[in-house]
Amino acid sequence: MDLLEHQAQELFDKHGVPVSRNRVASTPDEAYAAAAEIGGRVVVKAQVKTGGRGKAGGVKLSDGPDAAREVASAILGMDIKGHTVHKVLVTEASDIVDEYYVSLLLDRGDRSFLAMVSGEGGVEIEQVAAEKPEALARLQVDPAHGLDQVTALRLVADAGLPADVCGDVASILVRLWDVFRKEDATLVEINPLAKLADGTVRALDGKVTLDDSARFRQPGHGQFVDVSATDPLELKAAERHLNYVKLNGAVGVIGNGAGLVMSTLDVVAYAGERYGGVRPANFLDIGGGASAEVMANGLEIILGDPDVRSVFVNVFGGITACDAVANGIVQALGLLSSRSEAITKPLVVRLDGNNAKEGRRILAEAALVGVRTADTMDGAAQLAAELAGKGA
Amino acid sequence: MAIFLNEKSRVLVQGITGTEGSRHTRRMIAAGTNIVAGVTPGKSGQDVDGVPVFNTVDDAVRETGADVSVLFVPPRFAEAAVVEAIDAGLSLAVVISEGIPVHDTARFWAYAQAAGDTTRIIGPNCPGLISPGQSNAGIIPADITKRGRIGLVSKSGTLTYQMMYELRDFGFSTCVGIGGDPIVGTTHIDCLQAFEDDSETDAMVMIGEIGGDAEERAAEYIKANISKPVVGYVAGFTAPEGKTMGHAGAIVSGSSGTATAKREALEAAGVRVGRTPSEAAALMRETMLAR
Repeated sequence: MDLLEHQAQELFDKHGVPVSRNRVASTPDEAYAAAAEIGGRVVVKAQVKTGGRGKAGGVKLSDGPDAAREVASAILGMDIKGHTVHKVLVTEASDIVDEYYVSLLLDRGDRSFLAMVSGEGGVEIEQVAAEKPEALARLQVDPAHGLDQVTALRLVADAGLPADVCGDVASILVRLWDVFRKEDATLVEINPLAKLADGTVRALDGKVTLDDSARFRQPGHGQFVDVSATDPLELKAAERHLNYVKLNGAVGVIGNGAGLVMSTLDVVAYAGERYGGVRPANFLDIGGGASAEVMANGLEIILGDPDVRSVFVNVFGGITACDAVANGIVQALGLLSSRSEAITKPLVVRLDGNNAKEGRRILAEAALVGVRTADTMDGAAQLAAELAGKGA
Repeated sequence: MAIFLNEKSRVLVQGITGTEGSRHTRRMIAAGTNIVAGVTPGKSGQDVDGVPVFNTVDDAVRETGADVSVLFVPPRFAEAAVVEAIDAGLSLAVVISEGIPVHDTARFWAYAQAAGDTTRIIGPNCPGLISPGQSNAGIIPADITKRGRIGLVSKSGTLTYQMMYELRDFGFSTCVGIGGDPIVGTTHIDCLQAFEDDSETDAMVMIGEIGGDAEERAAEYIKANISKPVVGYVAGFTAPEGKTMGHAGAIVSGSSGTATAKREALEAAGVRVGRTPSEAAALMRETMLAR
């Protein structure tokens, strides 16, 4: 889960990484109150999970509470690269002398963690890495031992930061390791980390990605879920513990196993090229041992999506054999009728693997209205795309 | 010989008394796996379908000579369980558990390296591996294929099964599900090199998916080191940026980790890549028939 800037700042503050005084506001009046409380000049910043806020007009300096209210009213509701601004962060304005970059992240390739420091702060780090790689110092961090002050100092010096800030930046890096480790993050980034006119060093922006797998030991992280920015179908699916991602096409997809479902989406898109660019409507993995109830819940989510014009159920019978899956589908459709969900959209079911023949026989015998079977994944995708194309 | 696992492997199951552990122990035994022990702390003296249960991996190894562990341990206990398997000197630890925090995986991976890299870790979040007709360590269905001369390495469980089934008339030496987490103990490269060295493997199928750059690295490796034919498949061309697609590691971040980049890298390395799983299976069929 990616955090908003103000959530990242909250975690920084909790672990002793210095941040500017700030308040979150959801209305212009709240922005006024925040600016009045902070006093002096403030910066009003759109809270969205995308870069380029400044260029889009989502970051503005204000002289006082009245100006902050005015600026906030312009920024709130703004669309930045498809993200609607629901909140702004009002923060005290800083007199910046110099800008740096520090981060800790999961390095998948090296199966370890990586610390990075650069004297070139305030710009996209990918750009620094590409154009001036010598300005970016990197260090592999032992996951068990973390980062101590001595190692951090060496890294900061390697990056060529001015001597007068090295100690402060190294201390911040050590505290940033605490954020990374104790909050189960996969990315913590401060850009810019700024030296101010009074000589202090502060995080003026923050990016944090948390590991969703660690939620069981991070009960506080639930509060960071941004319900307002989540698709309503995704929220409904999450409540039912379904692994669902909403996409923009017309073929609803349900399958077992993440890889198979990803593959199904691709195969639907290929098949859809012949029917006016029909695309998959969603990702939904119901897992290996899917019961009738899980199948029913999944179908209910997909059938409740107004964009869906046909549904492709793609199951490979491994541990759960196809006859059991077929019975599950028959029961699921029964369950849905009893929940008085009329099934008006055509379903294409592809069963392959263990007991596939028996599974197909069960479906044929049940003679479900609107349900067709196909023997292969490619053939089923073809049929589902054609049906969705016709429904357009 | 197959790779990593064969009929001589003496397998123990960590978490054997749990629902998944006991269920899959029965399935592994039915597939011919030599399951010699189970481990659940505090349950020593019990048995699961005749398999003796021990409190610790150390006890189990001392009493039974086990050399492979399959772990069905809840995520919160997984790190300690893998460390225990490494300390007991097992040659292979297969971590089936899904949902292990990546910090824990990073630590047990680093621990294994520091301990001399003598325990191969497969997974986490994987279906395990099977050498058909010899041994099955994990949750892969054993009855959808047969022993043969194709090697298979895949990030995805069900796509592994799909491929095993499509090519069941040829059969497989070993099929390895390496798992869909951001950090895994065994990579495509490890498996490709092992298949290259395996006298019972003639050709390999490699299945990848979005996220990270493991497939790109494998492509480089194939170009430099692999002489046997490799057929590829990559899933996730339609995945949107920034969304996790089921597997914790399956995410396109910015412009990195895309399926297109992976396919292009593999094709540049001379790997024939199928557009669909069936097309990849057909390419492998051609490869085997042309031999």
